[in-house]
Amino acid sequence: MAFLSDKKIKELEITANDIRKSIIEMLVEAGSGHTAGPLGMADIFTLFYFHILKHDPKNPFWEERDRLVLSNGHICPVFYATMAYAGYFPKEELKTLRKLGTRLQGHPHREYMPWLENSSGPLGAGLSQAVGMALADKIDKKDKDRFIYCFMSDGELDEGNSWEAIMLAGKNKVRNLIAVVDRNNIQIDGFTEDIIPLEPLADKWRAFNWHVIEVSGHDFMALNEAVVEAQAVYEKPTVIIAHTIPGKGVHEFERDFRWHGKPPNKEEAKMALNELRTLGGKIKSEHQ
Amino acid sequence: MLNPDLKLNPKIFNDDVAQAPIRKGFGEGLVLAGDQDKNVVALCADLTESTQMIFFKEKFPERFVEIGVAEQNLVTVASGMAAMGKIPFCSSYAMFSPGRNWEQIRTTIAYNDRPVKIIGSHAGISVGPDGGTHQALEDIALMRVVPNMEVISPCDSIEAKKATQAITKTGKPAYLRLAREKTPIVTTEETPFTLGKAEVYWMPDVGIPQVGIIVTGGLMHRALLAAKELQDQEEPQRIKTKVMNLSCIKPIDVKAIVALAKECKAIVTVEEHQVAGGMGSVVAEVLSQNFPVPMEFVGVQDKFGQSGTPDELIEHYGMGKNSIKEAVRKVLKRKI
Repeated sequence: MAFLSDKKIKELEITANDIRKSIIEMLVEAGSGHTAGPLGMADIFTLFYFHILKHDPKNPFWEERDRLVLSNGHICPVFYATMAYAGYFPKEELKTLRKLGTRLQGHPHREYMPWLENSSGPLGAGLSQAVGMALADKIDKKDKDRFIYCFMSDGELDEGNSWEAIMLAGKNKVRNLIAVVDRNNIQIDGFTEDIIPLEPLADKWRAFNWHVIEVSGHDFMALNEAVVEAQAVYEKPTVIIAHTIPGKGVHEFERDFRWHGKPPNKEEAKMALNELRTLGGKIKSEHQ
Repeated sequence: MLNPDLKLNPKIFNDDVAQAPIRKGFGEGLVLAGDQDKNVVALCADLTESTQMIFFKEKFPERFVEIGVAEQNLVTVASGMAAMGKIPFCSSYAMFSPGRNWEQIRTTIAYNDRPVKIIGSHAGISVGPDGGTHQALEDIALMRVVPNMEVISPCDSIEAKKATQAITKTGKPAYLRLAREKTPIVTTEETPFTLGKAEVYWMPDVGIPQVGIIVTGGLMHRALLAAKELQDQEEPQRIKTKVMNLSCIKPIDVKAIVALAKECKAIVTVEEHQVAGGMGSVVAEVLSQNFPVPMEFVGVQDKFGQSGTPDELIEHYGMGKNSIKEAVRKVLKRKI
């Protein structure tokens, strides 16, 4: 992973914005799906797929690749859009999301997209799969060769299975495991701290023998430094608690839990796309 | 008579027939599988000795993962290990795995199509004194409805050993059902075992069988005793039967089951499981579509278990030798 230059950051910002536009287009075409989480995670997915991950879209089964486990499968619009931009499949295919026969299932399914590391949707089971991958690497003495990343939501920390995984990873000191929690503070029924409080979240992970880093999920430089630090921690697994804004990039959607599980309608999509095309009114849209 | 081609235990009908827990065969088979394939790993949820995984742990400590009392983690961690090329065996009591972690098994193992082997020990009512909470009577139903999952319920410890080695090589998810108690040894090392193939263990000395008895799991010995006693009766009470071992419930040997039904025209199924959704239901699904015949189901009739000795419970819930004989007589009367 190389130094993150200002030029590269500008490129990442443009890519993330394009990915957000695709997310809106996919969701309005599908007529169902989740909006807030995918928009909020667009910067993190972009940074990983275009700067951090050791991967090869033309050779997706490359044995030495890093593994990225997506635990909260419902944010897959951002996953699919990022993979399409990275070259895993044609961007035109994005509009097939959730339609009969598509590879872009409503929640990711390996049978349709075999290069995915896992199928997901039911919450709380991604981290334990990532722990299993890291344990396998430990047995094979490959835990210095690659990293196992797990992207997960804050809401799925309600699940007991998540904490079983956190406990086991702490016990086994799996060094190449890096979890990234999308700390956007919302879940379907409301704000996480109203539904079932997670705070003090960092202290909880620390108590389970993890190295904890808290960072903005929208600051490429800071996120990159967090990953560099996580990779350098040798004696224990690391969690990056990434503070994100749900719905990020579309002002009307931001920080509103009602956008967790619904797609924009045509009018809302038009408004959202205009906002993204003009970077929130900073520039003039070619489409106006 | 016992099927002479299968080299079954010749002492099967002796009072001093050798006995061993079915789970013991798994413990031995897993060590052999570990010898044969370095990718075999084992995970356990705080029951290493009673599920007989301890032999693997002692021989291959670097390939053993203690998960703790966390069955959801047990199977999902195993899925992750399988994603990296491992062949994970995860063991617990059947009541907890697949009892507690069904959705994790469905999504992260079967839906993911990862070759994880779920070992449900202490299945059935014969767990005995621990009582109903620990008596898994629904596990076959839970696992057989999941696509990609293979389901095997061996009849004795030798077959369990062979089944353990066989499922190592399939590249598919599998559920292996084991029992705690000592069970009479029905087969020998020479008895053939092929995944997906049902075998006829008992047949009439002469003449055509009147009833086919299909058995899965540890009740096989009782079924063979019942078949022998029915045959040994004087005419006109004598009933000729065939007894089939259906240890592999999925994939199901449709051809063998249909052939048995065509020959006998009446079927009794025998299993230590709820009648609803179990092996008998599988057989009924096969026959109703291919060759419907009258059927009787020996198993637990929509009830929970309770404390007691294994033998007491088998009798109390109507799965003993006499219950099997009664079911045979009943189905015979229903034959057209």
